[in-house]
Amino acid sequence: MSDMHNPSRRAFLRGTAAAAAGLTAAGAARANGPDPLITEVQEWATAFGDGVDATPYGLPIQYESDVVRRNVEWLTADTTSSINFTPIHALDGTITPQGCAFERHHSGAIELRKEDYRLMINGLVDTPLVFSYADLERFPRENHVYFCECAANTGMEWAGAQLNGAQFTHGMIHNMEYTGVSLRTLLNEAGLGAAGDLADKWVYVEGADASSNGRSIPMDKALDDVLVAFKANGEALRKEHGYPVRLVVPGWEGNMWVKWLRRIEVMSNAVESREETSKYTDTLADGTSRKWTWVMDAKSVITSPSPQAPITHGAGPLVITGLAWSGHGAITRVDVSKDGGKTWETARLAKPGEKMALTRFYLDTEWSGEDMLLQSRAIDETGYVQPTKAQLRDVRGENSIYHNNCIQTWHVMPNGEAENVEVS
Amino acid sequence: MSKSLNLFGGTALGTLAVLTMAVNFADRNIADFPENPPVMTAIAPPVVSSGLVGAANASTGAGEGKFGLGRPALAEEIAAWDVDVSPDGTGLPVGSGSVEDGEMVFSENCAVCHGEFAEGVDNWPELAGGEGTLADDDPVKTVGSYWPYLSTAWDYVHRSMPYGSAQTLSDDDVYAIVAYILYSNFLVDDDFVLSNENFLEVEMPNANGFIIDDRAETEYPIWRTEPCMENCKDSVEITMRATVLDVTPEEEAAATPAAEPAVVQTAAVSEPVAEAAAAVTETAAAVEAPAADAADPALIAAGEKVFGKCKACHQVGDGAKNRTGPQLNGIVGAEIASVEGFKYSGVLSDMGGIWTAETLAAFLADPRGFAKGTKMSFAGLKSEDDIAAVTAYLASFQ
Repeated sequence: MSDMHNPSRRAFLRGTAAAAAGLTAAGAARANGPDPLITEVQEWATAFGDGVDATPYGLPIQYESDVVRRNVEWLTADTTSSINFTPIHALDGTITPQGCAFERHHSGAIELRKEDYRLMINGLVDTPLVFSYADLERFPRENHVYFCECAANTGMEWAGAQLNGAQFTHGMIHNMEYTGVSLRTLLNEAGLGAAGDLADKWVYVEGADASSNGRSIPMDKALDDVLVAFKANGEALRKEHGYPVRLVVPGWEGNMWVKWLRRIEVMSNAVESREETSKYTDTLADGTSRKWTWVMDAKSVITSPSPQAPITHGAGPLVITGLAWSGHGAITRVDVSKDGGKTWETARLAKPGEKMALTRFYLDTEWSGEDMLLQSRAIDETGYVQPTKAQLRDVRGENSIYHNNCIQTWHVMPNGEAENVEVS
Repeated sequence: MSKSLNLFGGTALGTLAVLTMAVNFADRNIADFPENPPVMTAIAPPVVSSGLVGAANASTGAGEGKFGLGRPALAEEIAAWDVDVSPDGTGLPVGSGSVEDGEMVFSENCAVCHGEFAEGVDNWPELAGGEGTLADDDPVKTVGSYWPYLSTAWDYVHRSMPYGSAQTLSDDDVYAIVAYILYSNFLVDDDFVLSNENFLEVEMPNANGFIIDDRAETEYPIWRTEPCMENCKDSVEITMRATVLDVTPEEEAAATPAAEPAVVQTAAVSEPVAEAAAAVTETAAAVEAPAADAADPALIAAGEKVFGKCKACHQVGDGAKNRTGPQLNGIVGAEIASVEGFKYSGVLSDMGGIWTAETLAAFLADPRGFAKGTKMSFAGLKSEDDIAAVTAYLASFQ
């Protein structure tokens, strides 16, 4: 048993193969005799479990302790300006629990009390205002489920297959139900008369942490669906997600979802801050770069089977599942290919797609036990079809980092293990 | 930077503005609230995004849909927070700094991560060089080769740097640092002085290197088509495998693998119990032992917070490695400059002696005063409490 405690990933995969073999053996044993899990009285069926005072705020059971955020140490110079990844390979449904939802900080996750929180609206407004946290709770509230995807999600895969796991290739994403006040309401409270014609105006939003991450958002979006949020999945935001207040910018790149939101300035121009010029811009093959590439295009990934979620049951019934999303609206269809894109079949959506939210898809199928080259392809309500990496490279070249929404391929081998590959 | 700051900048104007706002605020407080549903819904719900601005333009009459919440922002509050600088120079304070001064300020505050010549240390960003590489494989994106506006550099250094000590630089020091970064990129001469007055005269090489998002024209028409479902390719070959690179982090699995035979599982259940019992005994022992040492958990916890200022360069604890600075396990009581594999400055290598609470306190209070020439570019801890706390924290890693 002792070598089964906290084995490495590779050992885990070997262990999984062994477990699969064990299952076959157990199946044989079942044919030969009764299952002791049924015929013998188990510990949990005779003694007490924990009392109601054991865990005032619960964490997942110990058997799920591998379902955690992970980071890739070589990516960044320091963990206080870095990113970790949601374990999407181990989750189902669409809502991401806050405790394992990816984090991205530019100066670390700060601790800011509600009592010390202030939100300023200034610039081209009739009355510059300061709100306390308590003030925000007195405005009419809205609830919405939205995905938040870092523009760099899948960015390490531009030049080629690099990281072996859906968590690492696609885990810079989470999907939560937010409660908050619409930015439109707050802007109206300060009054936009002073801004004159709103068509060419911007709001600049800024965080309270040491990075004071700031982004410019065109007024059209600011008045549309941007939310000043203070709850996620029913409870307060976690500090790593901007407690007590963050901005939610549906369908747009995660960097704009400013955490620890402290200031909103109505302006006549974009600030062209560091995060909207030197970063989060997309350099094309000829050396020119796209800026203001805010929308996250339609994308999908198969979360299981995948390198961290191998098939452990041999041939027969197999559930292929994954996530799809689009910053342009709702997902209407997801296709899955088992042969690297030669033939496609349409997967089942667990629920009709919702605007700018994750959609879960399933393909309930039979596995022959042979090699598969698994791919998924999302289609959104605008008719946009998720492109291949080759299609993206044809337009953008190979030096992009951000906004890689290409079709992902997992090579599933006869032993059930899967690896991240690129195909012709 | 806002127009309102200009409006409220002068004392007289500021007072006037505050008074106006006070009246406005009082007025709003006696407005019917919350019983004004018609105005609350004055702003139309989003239908199509392009219509929103028009709708809002039409409904910006005073007091419409307002709740009377919040309070007017004071001029000095706006001045304190509204420090962003725009490409046209709006928001720049009066001030100046020379390349010569910048070299010194940069060396003290920035070089530890960005290198003496802004060339970047380890994974930290390089700020100079890379001109003409943007169309190459792996372009080098620096302030000189990539950043389109100088305002961005000033704004970022002023608001977000130095890393771990943001917003501690004077305006003139920021001008000096930005001047030095320009010099490192061969964009100005060594006698250049950057100021709010000549700021817009500096030409940024990649100023015209950006286009506004054109995916709607260059990509969407290609991909908004009915996709192929059958016989889409003649053949499919694997052309690249992630396993070849082998750069994926190792993972730890959960304590107990699924699908274990029941017999083994029963054994496993008793194991953690034994472990837990052992842990309890250990904890009891641990609680007794330090009483003599008087290691104060609250002080250590406070020290962990203070250590946040050090973490950008130093690691401590399990698996700590030398980074920009040496790893600090066992540093209290260790010989000065004795961490294996770390290249110290001459002054620390030659110093001799032991890191005691006293020598550490002297070093941390004034690093360059204690060891003139140290590579540790840290201004020092001002509070004796912080020094005591961080020393207690470091002493907890032996």
